[in-house]
Amino acid sequence: MLRATIAKRFAPGPDSAGFSLSVEFEAPAGVTALYGPSGSGKTLTLDSVAGFSAPDSGRILLNDRILFDSGANVHLPPRDRQCGYVFQHDALFPHMTVRANLAFAASRLPRLERHRRIAELLDRFRIADLAGRYPHELSGGQKQRASIARSLIAKPDVLLLDEPATGLDAVLRAELHSIILEIRELLAIPILLVTHNPEECFALANQVLVYSAGAILHRGSPLDLLRNPGSVEAARLLGDFNIYEAEVLSLDPGRQTSRIRLLDTEIEGPHLRGCFLGDRVTLCARPEELQIATKPGGNRVRADLLRVTERTQGVRADFGSELIVDTSRAGWADLKDAPGWWIEIPAATLRQVATSKLSAYRT
Amino acid sequence: MRVDWFPLWLSLEVAGVATLISLALGLWIAWLLANREFPGRDALDAAAMLPLALPPTVLGYYLLVVIGRSSWIGQAWEAVTGSPLVFTWKAAVIASTLHAIPLMIKSSRAALESVDLACERAARSLGASEWRLFWRISLPLARRPIAAAAVLAFARSLGDFGATLMVAGDIPHRTQTAAIAIFDAVESGDTLTARVLVIVISILTAAVVLVANRLERRRVAR
Repeated sequence: MLRATIAKRFAPGPDSAGFSLSVEFEAPAGVTALYGPSGSGKTLTLDSVAGFSAPDSGRILLNDRILFDSGANVHLPPRDRQCGYVFQHDALFPHMTVRANLAFAASRLPRLERHRRIAELLDRFRIADLAGRYPHELSGGQKQRASIARSLIAKPDVLLLDEPATGLDAVLRAELHSIILEIRELLAIPILLVTHNPEECFALANQVLVYSAGAILHRGSPLDLLRNPGSVEAARLLGDFNIYEAEVLSLDPGRQTSRIRLLDTEIEGPHLRGCFLGDRVTLCARPEELQIATKPGGNRVRADLLRVTERTQGVRADFGSELIVDTSRAGWADLKDAPGWWIEIPAATLRQVATSKLSAYRT
Repeated sequence: MRVDWFPLWLSLEVAGVATLISLALGLWIAWLLANREFPGRDALDAAAMLPLALPPTVLGYYLLVVIGRSSWIGQAWEAVTGSPLVFTWKAAVIASTLHAIPLMIKSSRAALESVDLACERAARSLGASEWRLFWRISLPLARRPIAAAAVLAFARSLGDFGATLMVAGDIPHRTQTAAIAIFDAVESGDTLTARVLVIVISILTAAVVLVANRLERRRVAR
Protein backbone atom coordinates (compact mmCIF):
# COMPACT_ATOMS: atom_id res chain seq x y z
CA MET A 1 0.00 0.00 0.00
CA LEU A 2 1.24 3.44 -0.93
CA ARG A 3 -0.08 6.44 1.00
CA ALA A 4 0.87 9.88 -0.14
CA THR A 5 0.13 13.44 0.89
CA ILE A 6 2.07 15.77 -1.36
CA ALA A 7 2.13 19.57 -1.55
CA LYS A 8 4.52 21.49 -3.72
CA ARG A 9 4.49 25.05 -5.04
CA PHE A 10 6.41 26.55 -7.89
CA ALA A 11 6.39 30.33 -7.71
CA PRO A 12 5.47 32.15 -10.91
CA GLY A 13 8.57 33.09 -12.88
CA PRO A 14 9.31 35.21 -15.95
CA ASP A 15 8.32 32.36 -18.26
CA SER A 16 6.00 30.28 -16.12
CA ALA A 17 2.67 31.01 -14.54
CA GLY A 18 3.55 29.11 -11.39
CA PHE A 19 2.04 25.83 -10.32
CA SER A 20 0.94 24.21 -7.14
CA LEU A 21 0.33 20.55 -6.50
CA SER A 22 -1.71 19.38 -3.56
CA VAL A 23 -2.84 15.77 -3.56
CA GLU A 24 -3.62 13.02 -1.13
CA PHE A 25 -4.25 9.44 -2.16
CA GLU A 26 -3.88 5.81 -1.28
CA ALA A 27 -2.82 3.23 -3.83
CA PRO A 28 -3.38 -0.38 -2.85
CA ALA A 29 -1.97 -3.29 -4.85
CA GLY A 30 -3.24 -3.03 -8.42
CA VAL A 31 -3.21 -0.29 -11.01
CA THR A 32 -3.97 3.27 -9.93
CA ALA A 33 -4.25 5.49 -13.00
CA LEU A 34 -3.25 9.15 -12.68
CA TYR A 35 -5.42 10.59 -15.39
CA GLY A 36 -5.55 14.18 -16.54
CA PRO A 37 -4.32 16.72 -19.05
CA SER A 38 -0.64 17.59 -19.50
CA GLY A 39 0.70 19.85 -16.79
CA SER A 40 -1.81 18.77 -14.15
CA GLY A 41 0.84 17.34 -11.81
CA LYS A 42 0.72 13.64 -12.63
CA THR A 43 4.40 13.19 -13.39
CA LEU A 44 5.35 15.47 -10.50
CA THR A 45 3.43 13.10 -8.22
CA LEU A 46 5.37 10.16 -9.65
CA ASP A 47 8.66 12.02 -9.23
CA SER A 48 7.81 12.82 -5.62
CA VAL A 49 7.15 9.15 -4.90
CA ALA A 50 10.37 8.12 -6.66
CA GLY A 51 12.37 10.78 -4.81
CA PHE A 52 13.37 12.91 -7.80
CA SER A 53 11.41 15.84 -6.47
CA ALA A 54 11.07 16.84 -2.83
CA PRO A 55 7.59 18.08 -1.88
CA ASP A 56 7.37 21.24 0.21
CA SER A 57 5.30 19.37 2.72
CA GLY A 58 3.57 16.06 3.12
CA ARG A 59 4.27 12.43 3.81
CA ILE A 60 4.80 9.41 1.59
CA LEU A 61 4.51 5.96 3.08
CA LEU A 62 5.20 2.74 1.23
CA ASN A 63 4.16 -0.37 3.15
CA ASP A 64 4.63 1.61 6.37
CA ARG A 65 8.15 2.58 5.33
CA ILE A 66 8.55 6.38 5.39
CA LEU A 67 9.92 7.58 2.05
CA PHE A 68 9.25 11.24 2.76
CA ASP A 69 8.06 13.17 5.75
CA SER A 70 8.45 16.93 5.84
CA GLY A 71 7.65 17.03 9.56
CA ALA A 72 10.35 14.53 10.51
CA ASN A 73 12.74 15.83 7.83
CA VAL A 74 12.91 12.45 6.07
CA HIS A 75 13.68 12.42 2.35
CA LEU A 76 15.08 9.08 1.24
CA PRO A 77 17.25 9.27 -1.88
CA PRO A 78 15.79 7.54 -4.96
CA ARG A 79 18.18 4.61 -4.66
CA ASP A 80 16.80 3.63 -1.25
CA ARG A 81 13.11 3.82 -2.17
CA GLN A 82 12.60 0.52 -3.96
CA CYS A 83 10.55 2.14 -6.69
CA GLY A 84 10.54 0.69 -10.18
CA TYR A 85 10.27 3.63 -12.58
CA VAL A 86 9.42 3.19 -16.26
CA PHE A 87 10.05 6.41 -18.15
CA GLN A 88 8.10 7.84 -21.06
CA HIS A 89 10.91 7.08 -23.50
CA ASP A 90 12.29 3.79 -22.14
CA ALA A 91 15.52 5.39 -20.70
CA LEU A 92 17.51 2.24 -21.36
CA PHE A 93 21.25 2.87 -21.04
CA PRO A 94 22.27 3.28 -24.70
CA HIS A 95 25.84 2.04 -24.20
CA MET A 96 24.79 -1.26 -22.62
CA THR A 97 23.18 -4.36 -24.06
CA VAL A 98 19.76 -5.40 -22.81
CA ARG A 99 21.39 -7.96 -20.55
CA ALA A 100 23.83 -5.38 -19.17
CA ASN A 101 20.92 -3.02 -18.56
CA LEU A 102 19.20 -5.69 -16.49
CA ALA A 103 22.44 -6.64 -14.76
CA PHE A 104 22.97 -3.01 -13.74
CA ALA A 105 19.62 -3.11 -11.97
CA ALA A 106 20.41 -6.48 -10.37
CA SER A 107 23.67 -5.43 -8.76
CA ARG A 108 22.20 -5.38 -5.27
CA LEU A 109 20.94 -8.96 -5.49
CA PRO A 110 23.11 -11.82 -4.22
CA ARG A 111 25.36 -13.13 -7.02
CA LEU A 112 23.58 -16.48 -7.45
CA GLU A 113 20.15 -14.94 -7.53
CA ARG A 114 21.26 -12.24 -9.94
CA HIS A 115 21.70 -14.53 -12.94
CA ARG A 116 18.56 -16.47 -12.20
CA ARG A 117 16.53 -13.29 -11.88
CA ILE A 118 17.89 -11.76 -15.11
CA ALA A 119 17.18 -14.98 -17.02
CA GLU A 120 13.70 -15.16 -15.53
CA LEU A 121 12.78 -11.63 -16.56
CA LEU A 122 14.38 -11.89 -20.02
CA ASP A 123 12.20 -14.92 -20.47
CA ARG A 124 8.99 -13.52 -19.07
CA PHE A 125 9.17 -10.39 -21.19
CA ARG A 126 10.14 -12.36 -24.30
CA ILE A 127 13.41 -10.52 -24.78
CA ALA A 128 15.79 -13.45 -24.17
CA ASP A 129 16.74 -13.46 -27.88
CA LEU A 130 17.51 -9.77 -27.73
CA ALA A 131 19.68 -9.89 -24.61
CA GLY A 132 22.87 -9.21 -26.56
CA ARG A 133 21.49 -6.26 -28.49
CA TYR A 134 21.92 -2.58 -27.80
CA PRO A 135 18.81 -0.39 -27.29
CA HIS A 136 19.23 1.29 -30.68
CA GLU A 137 18.87 -2.14 -32.28
CA LEU A 138 15.43 -2.70 -30.70
CA SER A 139 11.95 -1.68 -31.83
CA GLY A 140 9.83 0.65 -29.69
CA GLY A 141 7.85 -2.21 -28.16
CA GLN A 142 10.95 -4.26 -27.42
CA LYS A 143 12.57 -1.27 -25.75
CA GLN A 144 9.55 -0.71 -23.55
CA ARG A 145 9.47 -4.42 -22.58
CA ALA A 146 13.17 -4.32 -21.71
CA SER A 147 12.62 -1.15 -19.71
CA ILE A 148 9.77 -2.71 -17.71
CA ALA A 149 11.81 -5.87 -17.15
CA ARG A 150 14.70 -3.74 -15.87
CA SER A 151 12.45 -1.85 -13.46
CA LEU A 152 11.18 -5.13 -11.97
CA ILE A 153 14.57 -6.84 -11.52
CA ALA A 154 15.17 -5.60 -7.99
CA LYS A 155 11.63 -6.54 -6.87
CA PRO A 156 10.36 -3.00 -6.29
CA ASP A 157 7.65 -2.26 -3.74
CA VAL A 158 5.86 0.05 -6.17
CA LEU A 159 5.94 0.35 -9.95
CA LEU A 160 5.71 3.83 -11.48
CA LEU A 161 4.78 4.01 -15.17
CA ASP A 162 5.03 7.43 -16.81
CA GLU A 163 2.95 7.29 -20.00
CA PRO A 164 4.63 4.08 -21.08
CA ALA A 165 2.54 3.87 -24.27
CA THR A 166 3.87 7.13 -25.70
CA GLY A 167 5.01 6.60 -29.25
CA LEU A 168 3.69 3.05 -29.53
CA ASP A 169 1.24 2.11 -32.28
CA ALA A 170 -2.11 0.41 -31.56
CA VAL A 171 -0.76 -3.15 -31.75
CA LEU A 172 2.19 -2.43 -29.46
CA ARG A 173 -0.07 -0.51 -27.10
CA ALA A 174 -2.35 -3.52 -26.80
CA GLU A 175 0.71 -5.68 -26.10
CA LEU A 176 1.91 -3.23 -23.45
CA HIS A 177 -1.54 -3.30 -21.85
CA SER A 178 -1.48 -7.06 -21.62
CA ILE A 179 1.97 -6.89 -20.02
CA ILE A 180 0.73 -4.39 -17.44
CA LEU A 181 -2.29 -6.59 -16.70
CA GLU A 182 0.04 -9.56 -16.35
CA ILE A 183 2.21 -7.66 -13.86
CA ARG A 184 -0.94 -6.62 -12.00
CA GLU A 185 -1.95 -10.26 -11.62
CA LEU A 186 1.54 -11.53 -10.84
CA LEU A 187 2.85 -8.97 -8.37
CA ALA A 188 0.75 -7.70 -5.53
CA ILE A 189 2.29 -4.22 -5.58
CA PRO A 190 0.79 -0.78 -6.24
CA ILE A 191 1.28 0.32 -9.83
CA LEU A 192 0.90 4.04 -10.54
CA LEU A 193 0.17 4.65 -14.20
CA VAL A 194 0.32 8.16 -15.60
CA THR A 195 -1.85 8.48 -18.66
CA HIS A 196 -4.00 10.90 -20.56
CA ASN A 197 -5.73 8.20 -22.52
CA PRO A 198 -9.18 7.36 -21.08
CA GLU A 199 -9.20 3.97 -22.81
CA GLU A 200 -6.00 3.07 -20.97
CA CYS A 201 -7.63 4.00 -17.66
CA PHE A 202 -10.62 1.82 -18.30
CA ALA A 203 -8.61 -1.09 -19.66
CA LEU A 204 -6.01 -1.27 -16.91
CA ALA A 205 -6.94 0.61 -13.77
CA ASN A 206 -8.52 -0.60 -10.56
CA GLN A 207 -8.67 2.98 -9.40
CA VAL A 208 -8.55 6.25 -11.32
CA LEU A 209 -7.41 9.57 -9.88
CA VAL A 210 -8.62 12.39 -12.12
CA TYR A 211 -6.05 15.20 -12.02
CA SER A 212 -6.69 18.80 -12.91
CA ALA A 213 -4.45 21.81 -12.21
CA GLY A 214 -2.49 20.14 -9.44
CA ALA A 215 -5.40 18.61 -7.55
CA ILE A 216 -7.31 15.35 -7.62
CA LEU A 217 -10.72 16.28 -8.90
CA HIS A 218 -12.37 12.92 -8.53
CA ARG A 219 -11.46 9.36 -7.76
CA GLY A 220 -13.01 5.96 -8.05
CA SER A 221 -13.09 2.80 -10.09
CA PRO A 222 -13.27 3.34 -13.86
CA LEU A 223 -16.89 2.19 -13.85
CA ASP A 224 -17.78 4.55 -11.02
CA LEU A 225 -16.32 7.41 -12.99
CA LEU A 226 -18.32 6.43 -16.04
CA ARG A 227 -21.48 6.20 -13.98
CA ASN A 228 -20.82 9.37 -12.09
CA PRO A 229 -18.03 11.70 -13.15
CA GLY A 230 -18.86 13.90 -10.14
CA SER A 231 -18.10 17.28 -11.66
CA VAL A 232 -18.40 19.08 -14.97
CA GLU A 233 -14.63 19.33 -15.22
CA ALA A 234 -14.11 15.62 -14.57
CA ALA A 235 -16.79 14.81 -17.14
CA ARG A 236 -15.01 17.04 -19.67
CA LEU A 237 -11.64 15.47 -18.83
CA LEU A 238 -12.95 11.96 -19.15
CA GLY A 239 -14.20 12.98 -22.57
CA ASP A 240 -17.15 11.65 -24.46
CA PHE A 241 -19.77 13.07 -22.15
CA ASN A 242 -22.66 15.14 -23.45
CA ILE A 243 -23.04 17.93 -20.93
CA TYR A 244 -26.39 19.75 -20.51
CA GLU A 245 -27.68 22.71 -18.58
CA ALA A 246 -31.25 22.07 -17.38
CA GLU A 247 -33.84 23.87 -15.27
CA VAL A 248 -35.67 22.06 -12.50
CA LEU A 249 -39.43 22.23 -13.13
CA SER A 250 -40.70 19.81 -10.51
CA LEU A 251 -39.34 17.28 -8.06
CA ASP A 252 -40.85 13.98 -7.00
CA PRO A 253 -38.65 12.61 -4.22
CA GLY A 254 -41.15 9.78 -3.57
CA ARG A 255 -40.70 8.30 -7.02
CA GLN A 256 -37.10 9.52 -7.21
CA THR A 257 -37.75 11.46 -10.39
CA SER A 258 -38.03 15.05 -11.52
CA ARG A 259 -39.23 17.11 -14.46
CA ILE A 260 -36.62 19.27 -16.12
CA ARG A 261 -36.38 21.60 -19.09
CA LEU A 262 -33.46 20.47 -21.24
CA LEU A 263 -32.72 21.83 -24.74
CA ASP A 264 -36.07 23.68 -24.60
CA THR A 265 -37.98 20.45 -24.09
CA GLU A 266 -39.65 19.29 -20.91
CA ILE A 267 -38.53 15.77 -20.09
CA GLU A 268 -38.38 13.42 -17.14
CA GLY A 269 -35.17 13.78 -15.18
CA PRO A 270 -33.38 11.69 -12.58
CA HIS A 271 -33.57 12.11 -8.83
CA LEU A 272 -31.78 15.41 -8.19
CA ARG A 273 -29.92 15.86 -4.94
CA GLY A 274 -30.04 19.14 -3.07
CA CYS A 275 -32.20 20.93 -5.64
CA PHE A 276 -35.22 23.18 -5.44
CA LEU A 277 -37.68 24.30 -8.08
CA GLY A 278 -36.13 26.76 -10.46
CA ASP A 279 -32.53 25.70 -9.78
CA ARG A 280 -30.29 25.05 -12.73
CA VAL A 281 -28.45 21.78 -12.84
CA THR A 282 -25.69 20.47 -15.04
CA LEU A 283 -26.26 16.93 -16.21
CA CYS A 284 -24.21 14.63 -18.36
CA ALA A 285 -24.89 11.52 -20.41
CA ARG A 286 -22.66 9.21 -22.41
CA PRO A 287 -23.04 9.00 -26.19
CA GLU A 288 -23.65 5.26 -26.17
CA GLU A 289 -26.58 5.64 -23.76
CA LEU A 290 -28.64 7.96 -25.94
CA GLN A 291 -30.90 6.52 -28.58
CA ILE A 292 -31.88 7.78 -31.97
CA ALA A 293 -35.60 7.60 -32.82
CA THR A 294 -37.53 8.57 -35.89
CA LYS A 295 -40.70 9.71 -34.08
CA PRO A 296 -41.32 12.07 -31.18
CA GLY A 297 -42.11 10.51 -27.83
CA GLY A 298 -41.32 10.52 -24.10
CA ASN A 299 -37.98 12.04 -23.20
CA ARG A 300 -37.17 12.70 -26.82
CA VAL A 301 -35.82 15.97 -28.20
CA ARG A 302 -35.91 17.05 -31.81
CA ALA A 303 -32.47 17.05 -33.45
CA ASP A 304 -30.89 17.91 -36.77
CA LEU A 305 -27.97 15.85 -37.95
CA LEU A 306 -24.67 17.72 -38.28
CA ARG A 307 -22.30 14.95 -39.25
CA VAL A 308 -21.60 11.25 -38.90
CA THR A 309 -18.10 9.94 -38.20
CA GLU A 310 -16.93 6.39 -38.52
CA ARG A 311 -15.39 4.84 -35.44
CA THR A 312 -13.81 1.48 -34.84
CA GLN A 313 -16.78 0.21 -32.84
CA GLY A 314 -19.58 1.80 -34.87
CA VAL A 315 -20.63 5.26 -35.91
CA ARG A 316 -20.89 8.52 -34.02
CA ALA A 317 -23.75 10.78 -35.05
CA ASP A 318 -23.40 14.42 -34.03
CA PHE A 319 -26.71 16.27 -33.80
CA GLY A 320 -25.16 19.43 -32.37
CA SER A 321 -26.15 20.97 -28.99
CA GLU A 322 -24.30 18.20 -27.11
CA LEU A 323 -26.41 15.52 -28.73
CA ILE A 324 -23.70 13.11 -29.74
CA VAL A 325 -24.85 9.53 -30.08
CA ASP A 326 -22.80 6.38 -30.61
CA THR A 327 -24.63 3.58 -32.35
CA SER A 328 -23.89 0.42 -34.29
CA ARG A 329 -23.34 0.53 -38.04
CA ALA A 330 -26.37 -1.70 -38.62
CA GLY A 331 -28.51 0.46 -36.37
CA TRP A 332 -27.50 3.61 -38.21
CA ALA A 333 -28.14 1.98 -41.60
CA ASP A 334 -31.80 1.60 -40.60
CA LEU A 335 -32.07 5.18 -39.33
CA LYS A 336 -30.07 7.27 -41.69
CA ASP A 337 -32.77 7.77 -44.32
CA ALA A 338 -35.47 8.83 -41.85
CA PRO A 339 -37.15 12.19 -42.60
CA GLY A 340 -36.38 13.50 -39.10
CA TRP A 341 -34.65 12.44 -35.90
CA TRP A 342 -35.46 12.62 -32.21
CA ILE A 343 -32.91 11.77 -29.56
CA GLU A 344 -34.18 9.83 -26.58
CA ILE A 345 -32.43 10.73 -23.33
CA PRO A 346 -33.56 8.16 -20.74
CA ALA A 347 -33.83 9.77 -17.31
CA ALA A 348 -31.53 7.15 -15.76
CA THR A 349 -28.66 8.08 -18.07
CA LEU A 350 -28.54 11.68 -16.86
CA ARG A 351 -26.05 12.25 -14.02
CA GLN A 352 -26.07 15.37 -11.99
CA VAL A 353 -22.60 16.96 -11.99
CA ALA A 354 -23.33 20.47 -10.74
CA THR A 355 -26.13 22.64 -9.33
CA SER A 356 -26.51 26.41 -9.43
CA LYS A 357 -28.93 27.56 -6.81
CA LEU A 358 -31.76 29.81 -7.87
CA SER A 359 -31.16 31.60 -4.56
CA ALA A 360 -27.71 32.49 -5.78
CA TYR A 361 -29.27 34.49 -8.57
CA ARG A 362 -31.84 36.07 -6.30
CA THR A 363 -29.44 37.43 -3.68
CA MET B 1 74.28 23.24 -35.94
CA ARG B 2 72.23 20.67 -34.10
CA VAL B 3 68.68 21.13 -32.87
CA ASP B 4 68.19 20.54 -29.17
CA TRP B 5 65.18 18.28 -28.77
CA PHE B 6 65.05 18.45 -24.98
CA PRO B 7 62.49 21.30 -24.81
CA LEU B 8 60.11 19.32 -27.00
CA TRP B 9 60.31 16.17 -24.87
CA LEU B 10 59.93 18.26 -21.73
CA SER B 11 56.89 19.99 -23.19
CA LEU B 12 55.27 16.67 -24.11
CA GLU B 13 55.98 15.32 -20.65
CA VAL B 14 54.70 18.41 -18.87
CA ALA B 15 51.59 18.61 -21.10
CA GLY B 16 50.91 14.86 -20.61
CA VAL B 17 51.05 15.07 -16.82
CA ALA B 18 49.12 18.38 -16.79
CA THR B 19 46.41 16.83 -18.97
CA LEU B 20 46.04 13.86 -16.64
CA ILE B 21 45.77 16.14 -13.61
CA SER B 22 43.34 18.55 -15.28
CA LEU B 23 41.26 15.58 -16.48
CA ALA B 24 40.91 14.19 -12.97
CA LEU B 25 40.48 17.52 -11.20
CA GLY B 26 38.46 19.10 -14.01
CA LEU B 27 36.02 16.19 -14.20
CA TRP B 28 35.46 16.33 -10.48
CA ILE B 29 34.81 20.07 -10.49
CA ALA B 30 32.65 19.74 -13.63
CA TRP B 31 30.60 17.03 -11.94
CA LEU B 32 30.18 19.17 -8.83
CA LEU B 33 29.04 22.16 -10.90
CA ALA B 34 26.70 20.04 -13.02
CA ASN B 35 25.10 18.01 -10.23
CA ARG B 36 25.35 19.68 -6.89
CA GLU B 37 23.85 22.76 -5.30
CA PHE B 38 26.17 24.08 -2.60
CA PRO B 39 27.12 27.43 -1.12
CA GLY B 40 29.90 29.00 -3.14
CA ARG B 41 28.95 27.18 -6.31
CA ASP B 42 28.84 30.38 -8.34
CA ALA B 43 32.17 31.46 -6.87
CA LEU B 44 33.74 28.12 -7.83
CA ASP B 45 32.22 28.42 -11.30
CA ALA B 46 33.77 31.86 -11.74
CA ALA B 47 37.10 30.88 -10.19
CA ALA B 48 37.34 27.88 -12.52
CA MET B 49 37.03 30.17 -15.53
CA LEU B 50 39.44 32.82 -14.21
CA PRO B 51 42.66 31.31 -15.64
CA LEU B 52 41.08 31.58 -19.08
CA ALA B 53 40.53 35.31 -18.70
CA LEU B 54 43.58 36.44 -16.70
CA PRO B 55 46.79 37.41 -18.51
CA PRO B 56 49.26 34.47 -18.17
CA THR B 57 51.79 36.61 -16.35
CA VAL B 58 49.20 37.60 -13.76
CA LEU B 59 48.35 33.93 -13.33
CA GLY B 60 52.07 33.20 -13.01
CA TYR B 61 52.47 35.86 -10.39
CA TYR B 62 49.65 34.43 -8.29
CA LEU B 63 51.20 31.00 -8.63
CA LEU B 64 54.53 32.34 -7.40
CA VAL B 65 52.75 33.79 -4.41
CA VAL B 66 50.98 30.50 -3.68
CA ILE B 67 53.76 27.97 -4.32
CA GLY B 68 56.87 30.16 -3.97
CA ARG B 69 59.57 29.34 -1.44
CA SER B 70 58.17 31.76 1.12
CA SER B 71 54.57 30.49 0.87
CA TRP B 72 53.40 27.78 3.26
CA ILE B 73 52.74 25.37 0.37
CA GLY B 74 56.23 25.95 -0.97
CA GLN B 75 57.77 25.53 2.49
CA ALA B 76 55.76 22.37 3.18
CA TRP B 77 56.87 20.95 -0.16
CA GLU B 78 60.46 21.79 0.58
CA ALA B 79 60.23 20.23 4.04
CA VAL B 80 58.86 16.99 2.61
CA THR B 81 60.92 16.62 -0.57
CA GLY B 82 64.03 18.57 0.38
CA SER B 83 63.97 20.75 -2.71
CA PRO B 84 61.92 23.80 -3.73
CA LEU B 85 58.89 23.47 -5.99
CA VAL B 86 59.36 26.62 -8.07
CA PHE B 87 61.76 26.56 -11.00
CA THR B 88 61.37 22.81 -11.53
CA TRP B 89 59.44 20.92 -14.21
CA LYS B 90 56.79 20.22 -11.55
CA ALA B 91 56.08 23.94 -11.33
CA ALA B 92 55.72 23.91 -15.13
CA VAL B 93 53.15 21.12 -14.72
CA ILE B 94 51.19 23.21 -12.22
CA ALA B 95 51.23 26.25 -14.51
CA SER B 96 50.15 24.16 -17.52
CA THR B 97 47.40 22.47 -15.53
CA LEU B 98 46.02 25.82 -14.49
CA HIS B 99 46.24 27.00 -18.08
CA ALA B 100 44.33 23.96 -19.38
CA ILE B 101 41.79 23.27 -16.67
CA PRO B 102 39.13 25.93 -17.48
CA LEU B 103 38.62 24.39 -20.91
CA MET B 104 38.43 20.93 -19.38
CA ILE B 105 35.85 22.03 -16.80
CA LYS B 106 33.71 23.92 -19.28
CA SER B 107 33.59 21.14 -21.87
CA SER B 108 33.16 18.28 -19.38
CA ARG B 109 30.43 20.14 -17.57
CA ALA B 110 28.53 20.65 -20.84
CA ALA B 111 29.11 16.99 -21.68
CA LEU B 112 27.89 15.77 -18.28
CA GLU B 113 24.87 18.06 -18.42
CA SER B 114 23.93 16.73 -21.84
CA VAL B 115 23.60 13.15 -20.54
CA ASP B 116 19.93 12.14 -20.72
CA LEU B 117 18.36 13.02 -17.37
CA ALA B 118 16.00 10.04 -17.67
CA CYS B 119 19.00 7.67 -17.87
CA GLU B 120 20.53 9.19 -14.74
CA ARG B 121 17.21 9.04 -12.91
CA ALA B 122 16.69 5.46 -14.03
CA ALA B 123 20.10 4.53 -12.63
CA ARG B 124 19.33 6.23 -9.33
CA SER B 125 15.96 4.55 -8.94
CA LEU B 126 17.61 1.22 -9.78
CA GLY B 127 19.68 1.63 -6.63
CA ALA B 128 22.90 3.11 -8.04
CA SER B 129 25.06 5.31 -5.82
CA GLU B 130 26.29 8.62 -7.24
CA TRP B 131 29.74 7.05 -7.62
CA ARG B 132 28.41 4.10 -9.63
CA LEU B 133 26.14 6.39 -11.64
CA PHE B 134 29.15 8.51 -12.62
CA TRP B 135 31.44 5.65 -13.64
CA ARG B 136 28.86 3.39 -15.25
CA ILE B 137 26.41 5.84 -16.86
CA SER B 138 27.40 9.51 -16.98
CA LEU B 139 31.07 9.10 -17.90
CA PRO B 140 30.57 6.41 -20.59
CA LEU B 141 27.76 8.45 -22.16
CA ALA B 142 29.81 11.66 -22.13
CA ARG B 143 33.14 10.03 -22.92
CA ARG B 144 33.60 11.42 -26.43
CA PRO B 145 33.20 15.12 -25.67
CA ILE B 146 35.25 14.63 -22.49
CA ALA B 147 38.02 12.91 -24.47
CA ALA B 148 37.86 15.76 -27.00
CA ALA B 149 38.21 18.26 -24.16
CA ALA B 150 41.20 16.33 -22.76
CA VAL B 151 42.88 16.38 -26.16
CA LEU B 152 42.37 20.14 -26.45
CA ALA B 153 43.60 20.58 -22.89
CA PHE B 154 46.77 18.76 -23.96
CA ALA B 155 47.20 21.20 -26.84
CA ARG B 156 46.73 24.15 -24.52
CA SER B 157 49.20 22.78 -21.97
CA LEU B 158 51.71 22.29 -24.75
CA GLY B 159 51.49 25.95 -25.67
CA ASP B 160 51.64 27.62 -22.25
CA PHE B 161 54.29 30.31 -22.11
CA GLY B 162 53.73 33.13 -19.67
CA ALA B 163 52.70 31.30 -16.52
CA THR B 164 55.32 28.58 -17.06
CA LEU B 165 58.05 31.17 -17.53
CA MET B 166 57.05 32.90 -14.30
CA VAL B 167 57.04 29.82 -12.02
CA ALA B 168 59.40 27.40 -13.76
CA GLY B 169 61.79 29.89 -15.32
CA ASP B 170 63.87 29.34 -18.41
CA ILE B 171 66.59 26.95 -17.31
CA PRO B 172 67.96 25.05 -20.34
CA HIS B 173 67.74 21.26 -19.92
CA ARG B 174 65.70 21.65 -16.77
CA THR B 175 62.62 23.80 -17.21
CA GLN B 176 62.89 25.18 -20.72
CA THR B 177 59.76 23.99 -22.55
CA ALA B 178 59.32 24.17 -26.32
CA ALA B 179 57.29 27.38 -26.25
CA ILE B 180 60.00 29.08 -24.19
CA ALA B 181 62.80 27.56 -26.27
CA ILE B 182 61.24 29.01 -29.44
CA PHE B 183 61.23 32.47 -27.84
CA ASP B 184 64.85 32.03 -26.76
CA ALA B 185 65.89 30.78 -30.19
CA VAL B 186 64.30 33.74 -31.92
CA GLU B 187 65.88 36.13 -29.43
CA SER B 188 69.34 34.65 -29.94
CA GLY B 189 68.99 34.41 -33.72
CA ASP B 190 68.95 30.57 -33.80
CA THR B 191 66.44 30.43 -36.65
CA LEU B 192 66.97 26.74 -37.36
CA THR B 193 65.91 25.66 -33.86
CA ALA B 194 63.05 28.14 -33.90
CA ARG B 195 61.76 26.91 -37.25
CA VAL B 196 62.07 23.20 -36.44
CA LEU B 197 60.31 23.59 -33.11
CA VAL B 198 57.60 25.78 -34.63
CA ILE B 199 56.94 23.24 -37.39
CA VAL B 200 56.89 20.27 -35.02
CA ILE B 201 54.62 22.03 -32.51
CA SER B 202 52.30 23.17 -35.33
CA ILE B 203 52.01 19.67 -36.76
CA LEU B 204 51.44 18.20 -33.30
CA THR B 205 48.78 20.77 -32.43
CA ALA B 206 47.04 20.39 -35.79
CA ALA B 207 46.92 16.63 -35.29
CA VAL B 208 45.55 17.06 -31.80
CA VAL B 209 42.83 19.46 -32.98
CA LEU B 210 41.91 17.04 -35.76
CA VAL B 211 41.52 14.23 -33.24
CA ALA B 212 39.43 16.47 -30.98
CA ASN B 213 37.14 17.42 -33.84
CA ARG B 214 36.68 13.79 -34.81
CA LEU B 215 35.81 12.85 -31.25
CA GLU B 216 33.26 15.60 -31.01
CA ARG B 217 31.70 14.93 -34.37
CA ARG B 218 31.11 11.24 -33.94
CA ARG B 219 27.81 10.80 -32.19
CA VAL B 220 27.56 8.44 -29.26
CA ALA B 221 25.99 5.50 -31.02
CA ARG B 222 25.91 3.13 -28.15
